[in-house]
Order: sequence, then structure tokens, then C-alpha cells
Amino acid sequence: MSETLKTSLYNLHKELGGKMVPFAGYEMPVQYTAGIVAEHKQCREKAALFDVSHMGQVTIKGENPAKALETLVPGVYLKLKEGRQRYTIFTNDNGGILDDLMVSNMGDHLFVVVNAACKNEDIAYMKEKLVGYEVTEITNRSLIAIQGPEAKTAMARIAPESVSMVFMDFRSIKVGGIDCFVARAGYTGEDGFEISVPEEHAEKIAKLLLEQPEVAPAGLGARDTLRLEAGLCLYGNDIDTTTTPIEASLEWVIGKRRKEEGGFPGANVILKQLKEGVTRKRVGIIPTGKAPARAHTKILNMNGQEIGEITSGGFGPTIGCPIAMGYVPTDMAAVGTELKLLVRGKEIPAKVAATPFVEQRYYRG
Amino acid sequence: MIKFTEAHEWIEVENGVGKIGITDFAQGQLGDIVFVELPEVDDEKSKGDEIAVVESVKAASEIYSPVSGEVIEINESLDDNPAMLNSSPEADGWIFKIKLSDESELENLMDKDAYAKYAKENG
Repeated sequence: MSETLKTSLYNLHKELGGKMVPFAGYEMPVQYTAGIVAEHKQCREKAALFDVSHMGQVTIKGENPAKALETLVPGVYLKLKEGRQRYTIFTNDNGGILDDLMVSNMGDHLFVVVNAACKNEDIAYMKEKLVGYEVTEITNRSLIAIQGPEAKTAMARIAPESVSMVFMDFRSIKVGGIDCFVARAGYTGEDGFEISVPEEHAEKIAKLLLEQPEVAPAGLGARDTLRLEAGLCLYGNDIDTTTTPIEASLEWVIGKRRKEEGGFPGANVILKQLKEGVTRKRVGIIPTGKAPARAHTKILNMNGQEIGEITSGGFGPTIGCPIAMGYVPTDMAAVGTELKLLVRGKEIPAKVAATPFVEQRYYRG
Repeated sequence: MIKFTEAHEWIEVENGVGKIGITDFAQGQLGDIVFVELPEVDDEKSKGDEIAVVESVKAASEIYSPVSGEVIEINESLDDNPAMLNSSPEADGWIFKIKLSDESELENLMDKDAYAKYAKENG
């Protein structure tokens, strides 16, 4: 085992009472003294600060990098405007998902954020496939997310240029006097920002944000309950190399032109599925009662036969009940379909539910 | 008499009946508790058997019976208010009562001071 890495906010996490756990090779705070539920509510009601510096930040430089990127993803990037960001996935030749990522157009190059657990593979993959392009991991910048309905109020004070940004805008602006890359996006379902900051200024910016009356720190525990309520996939749980974007109910990541032209790994599989359908789909599931159904819980039909598995599940502090996601046969994917979950040997009634479980509140202007 | 286990449970024994719950230290480690799966009255359990499950937002944690015996009462108010395990783990948040079949099993458990030291060392 290699040594656990620390982000540039490690000391701050300790100061704030963060309970540190190993996550994707890093020591990260799973929660602070407030606890997961309080941190979750902080984000839904005011604003929460998350350290997401473990994620990979990468630039792609060269002649028309959007065109090169399109050979690896099903999204449309040729027309992505400068200063805009878009979500996509790396697909493999079987139509499976290698990772999900955010890509921003920074004018003469692309700025990419990938998952911590996948970043080494992703970077090696991009370097191998994007011949003639310069793929560079940015190792000297931290990434801080500020999320919640009052994030904009806090940001307006210390980063006045942020107020004119809308959901999925991406700009180089000053935050607390420091040059940062700021995206109006996140992983909680709330309005908010992600700030890429030079690591030597990360603690200063984090502290400045925490000084704002709206803001309190939140850890990975709340990040997970927030994204689950928002119906957002976690790579490695809800999507991986064994799931296609069609099965994962991520059809929307496939651009209109890409549906016609293909030209991305696994396009033959994915476009065929798009036309002919799939045998299973990712759905939201709400168990009856209070027992959470965690990942790998078996999903049964009403006759007690195993039909699938929960991929993410837990308790949703805002919705106030257990929530889950998992894969079920397509004919059982309609909202309201009754099924059962096998929790510790007991069959718990459950229903397919619409996602997001909690309304997304992005700021679209 | 109150005794404690290495699994951070407490047992208060009176007239051959043990009232069992998790310690304040344990609830702090678990975090926000959202569900308690209670045993059933009349369940016969041996020392070390899984007898209840406490689910926090993070994860499920099994509770093992610190003694052998028959479950005679469960704290049903935890069904509606599992957070009582966070707010009052060593009083209102008791989980079940068991009629001890072998009181000598208590001898190997820790007393209050020994447990305080143990929790500190394992915190």
C-alpha cells in the first residue's frame, strides 16, 4: 500500500474537528463535529464548504482539443462555448463507463475534472489516446466546493465577478484577491460553485469562505447523502465498466450529433441500445419503513426472485426516509412499480421512485 | 450494577434482568442514527449472537448480545425516534432487556472505570 496523501486543507480539517478517513488514496474528512445530518442540512438550507482536492484536475492542450476529446466521449464539445462546462463520461469499446468527468472550455484549451479513484488511469488513458495533444495533470491546485442556496451570497462578497455566472459557467476570476478557476456547478443538487485555487492559497480561501456567516464545513458523508438525494451517480457504485450510459439512464449525455455520427468508444453498442432498448435500467427506489438498503442489497420481484441490486443506498436527511438507486429489468423500471429488497434476510417492500428525490435547484439565470 | 463490553455496549443488571444499550462513546463514533432493528420478545440468544442492528447515516453496525438469555422487552420507542440513541444512549435509548441465563458471564465484562480507560485508548 502506498502512503495516504493529504490535501492542502488537511491541517484545516484537523483544526475543524474533521474525522479523517482514507478515501481514494487520500485522508479526507468524512464529517466534522456537527455530524453528517447537520452538515447535509447546512448545505440544503445555507451553504457548505467541501474539500474536493482529491479529484484530478487536468488540461488538454493542442489544436482543437474539443475534437480530440470527442473521440473518447459521447458528448458534443465542438460547440461548447468558451467559459462553459459540460458533464460527460469516458466510454469503453463495450459501451461501459470508464469514468465520469466535467470538461470546461478555457478558450485555447480544455480543463477537465475527473474522479480521484480513477485519475491515474484516466490521465494515462488520455495521454495514450490523444496523440499530439498535451495532457497535463495539474498537481499544484486545490479544489474547493461551496454549495447551497446561500453560496451565492457568500461568494458575492469575496468574488464579486461570480454573481453574473449561471449553472455550468466556468470562468477565471478572483476569489479573495486570488486568481482562481470557478465553475457554477457541484455535486449536491444545490446552486453552488467549485473553485480551483493554487494550493498555496487554498487554506486562506477556505478560511475566508468559512468566515462568511452562511458557510460551515461539510465532509464526504454529507456529500454522499446530498448527491444521492439529488439522484446523481457515484462512479464505482452506480456506474462502472459493466454499465452502459443507456442502462444507467444517462441517455442525455449523448449529444444529438453523436447519436447520428457515433465516433466514440462503444458507439456501436450504445447507439444500438438507444434504438432497440436495454434489458435493465438504473432507477430510484424508496424502501418502505425506516431501514436503509445499502449498496449490494438484492432487489427482488414480488415473487421473491432476484432481479437486480442496489448500487447506492442510505438515508436521505432532507426527504427524511431511506432512499436508494439500483438496476432493475426495464419492464419494472416505471415509477411506482412494486418490488422488494432483501435487507438482512428480510423482504422489505419498496417502490421505484422518480429521481431526483429532492428537487435540484441550480441557478440558470 | 452496570458493566461494559469491548463492543461498546452497556448492561445494567437488576434481579436477573439485563437492560442493554450502546455507550455514549459508541453513539459518537456511529454518528446520526436513523434506524434500529430490534430483536423480538422471546428471542433466545447466546452471548456473542447478533441481536440488533443500529444504522447510522454512514453504515449499519451489528449489536452482539453481551450475555446469554431470553429477550423479555424491547424499546419500541426507538422505532419512531432512533435519534434517542444519540441524545440519550445510556438512559432513554436502551435497546432491549434480557433475562440472563448465566450471570457468571458478567464477570468478564468491564466496570465503569475500566471501560472509560478502554474507550479512551480505543478512541
